[in-house]
Amino acid sequence: MEEINALFHGFSVVLTPFNMLLMMLGIVLGVIIGVLPGLGGANGIAILLPLTFTMPPTSAIIMLSCIYWGALFGGAITSVLFNIPGEPWSVATTFDGYPMAQQGRAGEALTGAFTSSFVGALVAVVMITFLAPLVARFALQFGPPEFFSVYFLTFCSFVGMGKGSPFKILAAMMLGFALAAVGMDTMTGRLRLNFGWTELMRGFDFLIAVIGLFGIGEILLSMEEGLSFSGKSAKINMKVVIETWAKLPQYWMTLVRSSLIGCWMGITPGGATPASFMSYGVAKRMSRDGHKFGTGQLEGVVAPETAAHAAGTSALLPMLTLGIPGSPTAAVLLGGLLIWGLQPGPLLFVEQKDFVWGLIASMYLGNIAGLIIVLTCVPLFAAILRVPFSIIAPIIIVICAIGAYTVHNAMLDIWFMLLFGVVGYVFKKLDYPMAPMVLALVLGDRAEENFRNAIKGSEGDLMVFFSNWLVGGIMALGLVMLFWPLISGLIARLRGAH
Amino acid sequence: MEENQDPQGAERPAATIRTMEIVVALLFLLLGGVVAFDSYRLGARWAEEGPQSGYFPFYIGLIICIASLVTLLQALFGGAAGGRHAFVQRGQLKQMLSVLVPAALYVLGIQLIGIYVASAVYIAVFMVWLGRYSGFKSVALGLATSASFFVMFEIWFKVPLFKGMFNPLGFLGY
Repeated sequence: MEEINALFHGFSVVLTPFNMLLMMLGIVLGVIIGVLPGLGGANGIAILLPLTFTMPPTSAIIMLSCIYWGALFGGAITSVLFNIPGEPWSVATTFDGYPMAQQGRAGEALTGAFTSSFVGALVAVVMITFLAPLVARFALQFGPPEFFSVYFLTFCSFVGMGKGSPFKILAAMMLGFALAAVGMDTMTGRLRLNFGWTELMRGFDFLIAVIGLFGIGEILLSMEEGLSFSGKSAKINMKVVIETWAKLPQYWMTLVRSSLIGCWMGITPGGATPASFMSYGVAKRMSRDGHKFGTGQLEGVVAPETAAHAAGTSALLPMLTLGIPGSPTAAVLLGGLLIWGLQPGPLLFVEQKDFVWGLIASMYLGNIAGLIIVLTCVPLFAAILRVPFSIIAPIIIVICAIGAYTVHNAMLDIWFMLLFGVVGYVFKKLDYPMAPMVLALVLGDRAEENFRNAIKGSEGDLMVFFSNWLVGGIMALGLVMLFWPLISGLIARLRGAH
Repeated sequence: MEENQDPQGAERPAATIRTMEIVVALLFLLLGGVVAFDSYRLGARWAEEGPQSGYFPFYIGLIICIASLVTLLQALFGGAAGGRHAFVQRGQLKQMLSVLVPAALYVLGIQLIGIYVASAVYIAVFMVWLGRYSGFKSVALGLATSASFFVMFEIWFKVPLFKGMFNPLGFLGY
């Protein structure tokens, strides 16, 4: 088994004192970020990214990915104890988690949440371990048309699988592409869309957009709701943990089903948030106690948490193998790769074995470490939320401003961050999705490059995207996804006619 | 809610969803138009060495225009459910602005007097004004936060942050 050998090599890369320290630091930081309103996986990592420029890439990715795991764990704490989802993907956890806390079963709910998160992540990591090398090997044969078709499919999936208005999804996505086009055209060196403003030559960095959209925007939203934190306290002791663990095996079917939903939604750019909702919904329909969901069922905590963590983790599979992130946070990690001088894509598995397998090995260890840390330190993390909002809010805004500045050492970026904050606030309220916009901003240049290289090769003939079964198949699937809202509407109408 | 229970109109909508939908769609339309126009100016056709610089963004701009036009028409004539609901209520808007306006002033402050000084002032003022903390506590926390960022960035990570046009901390020599 080639993969097993590679994995053990990865463990040998990770198991140095420095890397282990970074891993712990990352998890703790991540949980704090996950607990705080306005800071989440995506913008938390975006803010810390500039501090890793000087680190070796493997150590940097270990720390940053551990922040991601920590944030995934942290979201559950606020959901259960305070009925405030610290992260969008933990909204579904509040449905049964908070009622459990009200009944004095907070410890049970948290243990269930953390453990099922761990299971979801583990399933996803095992899948990555064995599937990623295969996908990468397959993708090595890709040329520009194939890569463009995969981008095309990714973006069309947002339209096909999104819940809101397809036109809003399209508009938000294209806004991302348009912002990505600002500045130097990488192929001809000409300046585009800067209207003679030299500061815009640099273009819009997606890290700034992420910090503004998810950080400032989130603060504005929470302020509007007039946040007052009044939470339940929780103590987790060994007895509660063991009792809860004894209950979990009876939900094995939910665990398996939710893991699969999560993995699927993570690889396709559905992301953790829809995965958690979908998994909760399916569990409610399939469970014998479905009618009791919402009143404090452990199963109602297990289902969304498993799926969210599985999706969050498996979002790294397309990022590593194809250079296409499955979630905004994975997109930020991809941005990190570029900054550290690594070219994301299938060649990573050939040229940067230490990096790839170090990362995969750190996913195993990081999640184990994360589970232990969150189980033992819950009261500590919950105490953070008791700090009043009028102290936390200005500090978070200061952190966002510093993070935005350090990306390019540009004052203008702080203004853009503020602007993106307002955009994020309005978008959230009007149901314009932010994930496709951020992904378009990250992938815009490379999607365009592949598109132009592809039609350059065919001298302008767009049929190059249907020139063989592979690229044609992916494009066709993309088109189906793009027109899915129309197709599903037609099907529904036909059924109604009968 | 009854009017008499809400004398200041805090629960009255400051804008309806429909209004905001229209405004945002119009902004998108404008933006798409600008992108398409500027790309066309750059050249959105086929040159000898391949597609010109404006080729890709031109169509991006075009799609923005089409998509937002549909959204605009839906908002104008669709009468979608909930369109008359509040986008934001007055009381909510006031609370939101009480964070946004100071944040904007803070960014202006960074431009003038740099990140460290502006942050200390911002945190202190925010705590006194919105949190009703005592002046001493607020100033102490503001200074402490700024000082720890200073140590972390200037000394530990050696990443210099913006000192502002007037650089009030110039005497420190960083």
